[in-house]
Amino acid sequence: MEIFVDVVLLSMLVATAVALILVRGLMASIMLTSIYGLLSASFFVTMDAVDVAFTEAAVGAGVAPLLLLMTVALVGRREERTVSRHALVPLLLVTMTGALLIVGTLDMPPFGSADAPANQHVSPRYLQHTEAEIGIPNVVTAVLASYRAYDTLGEALVIFTAGVAVILILVPGDGRGTAQATLPDPISGDRQGIVHVVSKILIPFVLLFALYVQFHGDYGPGGGFQAGVIFASAFILYGLLCGLPAVVRVIPPTVVEVLAALGVLLYAVTGVLSLLGGKNFLDYSVLASDPVTGQHIGIIVIELGVGICVASVIIRIYYAFAAHLDRQRV
Amino acid sequence: MDILSYFNYWVVMALMMLGFYIVIARGNLVKKLIGLNIFQTSVFILYISAGNVYDGAAPILAEGVEAYSNPLPHVLILTAIVVGIATTSVGLALVMRIYESYGTVEESEILEQDEAC
Amino acid sequence: MLSQLPILPVLLPLLGAPLCALLSRPVVAWAFACAVAVLTFAASTFLLAAVWQQGAMSYALGGWDAPWGIEYRIDLLNGLILVLVSGMASLVLLGGRASIWQETPERKRGMFLVAFLLCLAGLQGIAATGDVFNLFVFLEISSLSTYALVAAGKDRRALVAAFNYLIMGTIGATFILIGIGFIYMLTGTLNMTDLAERLPALAESRTAFAAFVFIVVGVCLKLALFPLHLWLPSAYTHAPSMVTVFLAATATKVALYVLIRFSFSVFRFEFTTLALPLETVFIVLGLVAVFAGSMVAIFQPDLKRGLAYSSVAQVGYMVIGVGMGTMNGVQAALIHMFNHALMKGALFMALAGIVYQLGSSQFSSLRGMGQRMPVTCACMVLGGLSLIGMPGTAGFVSKWYLVVAAADREQWFLVVAILAGSLLTAVYMWRVVEAFYLTPADIDGAAPKLRSEAPAGLLAVTVALALANVYFGLDSRLPVETAGGAAASLLGVPVR
Repeated sequence: MEIFVDVVLLSMLVATAVALILVRGLMASIMLTSIYGLLSASFFVTMDAVDVAFTEAAVGAGVAPLLLLMTVALVGRREERTVSRHALVPLLLVTMTGALLIVGTLDMPPFGSADAPANQHVSPRYLQHTEAEIGIPNVVTAVLASYRAYDTLGEALVIFTAGVAVILILVPGDGRGTAQATLPDPISGDRQGIVHVVSKILIPFVLLFALYVQFHGDYGPGGGFQAGVIFASAFILYGLLCGLPAVVRVIPPTVVEVLAALGVLLYAVTGVLSLLGGKNFLDYSVLASDPVTGQHIGIIVIELGVGICVASVIIRIYYAFAAHLDRQRV
Repeated sequence: MDILSYFNYWVVMALMMLGFYIVIARGNLVKKLIGLNIFQTSVFILYISAGNVYDGAAPILAEGVEAYSNPLPHVLILTAIVVGIATTSVGLALVMRIYESYGTVEESEILEQDEAC
Repeated sequence: MLSQLPILPVLLPLLGAPLCALLSRPVVAWAFACAVAVLTFAASTFLLAAVWQQGAMSYALGGWDAPWGIEYRIDLLNGLILVLVSGMASLVLLGGRASIWQETPERKRGMFLVAFLLCLAGLQGIAATGDVFNLFVFLEISSLSTYALVAAGKDRRALVAAFNYLIMGTIGATFILIGIGFIYMLTGTLNMTDLAERLPALAESRTAFAAFVFIVVGVCLKLALFPLHLWLPSAYTHAPSMVTVFLAATATKVALYVLIRFSFSVFRFEFTTLALPLETVFIVLGLVAVFAGSMVAIFQPDLKRGLAYSSVAQVGYMVIGVGMGTMNGVQAALIHMFNHALMKGALFMALAGIVYQLGSSQFSSLRGMGQRMPVTCACMVLGGLSLIGMPGTAGFVSKWYLVVAAADREQWFLVVAILAGSLLTAVYMWRVVEAFYLTPADIDGAAPKLRSEAPAGLLAVTVALALANVYFGLDSRLPVETAGGAAASLLGVPVR
């Protein structure tokens, strides 16, 4: 059964990718991208990668299509047929890459085997020692937040960098602030509509779910990143419904920027505390008298830092895109 | 089991090539970013497939479970997904500014305008 | 304290960036960024000194030993890179305020500086780490911030240049990720030292071969090795002046470091030469880069673009050195890496001063600049002499070592090629000299303007870099011995 599901999902993925090549028109392409993200997430579930599936669903089927749609709202849906002056060059490059990939398969260990080198050596140690050394059931969170915590700090920095980059690129140099949109937002006109009523009821539950995912990540799928995306999506939903000025009144852009920086600092300062405690950077055992408790504290704090940073950055990116759209339309 | 292991890999290869093709062969900047997304996601499938253990469960420690899938690729791919969305958002921000300056997001038209300068 | 030293060169800018984002006034942010960069430079220098004394230093992040946790491993090679990158960052920030202020609207200055610190943190993180996936993460930090910094240029072509750089850079990073995936599948580990121990057993594996090729191609995209250099000329030309100075002096050097690290420390050169004719590939591509880059540079109407193509050529020299695979060759490549940072740093810094006053870097606007900006132009000529390889300049030292390495292997055509490349550079620099000194200013008869040199800070840093070229031309012990020690550890003695 599992094989059947796996084959079906992967075949649908390939079909979606082929459709993306053949389709012309950005609206259809974005819808296909969203489908692709959802199919990938489903595939990850069948591969027992539940945390990854969660993240891919939030990102690939949520944030990415959102940003794409906002861009296309500005640039239009038209996609020209490419004038094929050098049509052979892309085919040649792709064929060469494909050939190299085929060569790569020739001596590859089979997937799904517990004896494969990938599943030996380092990973069994994580599975065996997490209970004793870190004391939480979700091994992925243990590896992410403790064994390889420095990579996750890098990840937080990546998302922070994206926020900084988007601000640097999109914020206008000439002092026009986040738009005081005088144009009525098309959806917000109808205050009693179904979308409005249902969404306003949902928003508090979305926020609550985000908090649940944030703090339950030690015990089940979840963690800072997924929680941050979900938290941000509540605000984005409100903004889409009631217009940018409304959501900006709830959390102004400057506050969001400060929160993003504070999220990263929360994570980094936890590491500095370890240094001050005489141990190496991000060694949580100094945070409490008992090393395992120290690990718990450390993981909760840094996951919170990641969650705050991610939520803030995604909200800020949404603000930047939305404000840019409003200026263009005005 | 053999069919499964190599099938996953063939699909990964196909998706990589399809995504890579969209990036370099399509002239619309937004389409290029979509292709980049496909290309990157195919790499995620590669890693996750490599870490899957056929009879294993999700790597959340529980009573009575003996075999788990490998948690390390999951951690790596979580980070890689973040990197992917970060790149996409920066790319789209650039596309918006390019549209504002050039009036188009088709590579050929942008080149024409630049050569005319 | 000493044992914590390896983390400082990365930790300082890593903390500095979000702190800088909290500061509201751009001037305060600039002062803070300068302080962070200078402290990072100090930490990097102490670290290099410590490694000189006691050998390679290892640092286990999170308190978990490698390969379970992430390891930082500092030896002479990446110690030198850390010093170089933080040094250039300090100089750019200290001297570049006037240029950044002129080219960036006020509202963006704060974020510009934050992006700059993030780029510094990313580059330092790439150099210091001993874990391949950690390298990928910090590579993306430095790349994303670079795309935004390039896009901050005034010309709208900066946006297109940044976008093309984003596409090519992300393809390169994804190739590297594919390569990492393959070697992880084969070995189960991500630690460089651990990989170096496990990969020789897999020397026959075609998957390992494919992994290596993917990684090399991905790194060469970042390195701008011909023919993967297409993003570089436009990105350097249209980026803000200070961004070009920083990128030209650091980004390609760090990419070269990654290439060397993977080729020698992870995969071991015997593996790479047996599996691939890598030596031939590198030498051939390097030669093509040298000639194509230099020739195209000669015909550019814009000096900034010409210097960018010259960078493509210089990368070719470095790759030739790597391709030779001998201790002399690698040492020469490393010396040239160090010196090129000084050369291009001086050239682009001087150009930044000219652009600050003139607003343009077209050759037609540069006529008679020798009179208007004598010090800046003298610095540029000095940098140019170093680029050609005049005795007494740093450039001569690196060309000398390259020639000696080639002669050692009796590849006389290489010797001829290296010298011919210098000749082409001389032709190119002659154009610059001609414009500055031998063409009267204002051919169309307007009144000649008075001398107006670059702002003080910028001028000071330009002079410092130009003089550094002379200093290291006369006393080259630091780069030569460090490069020699690094090359020895890469090629001779096993990594640990």
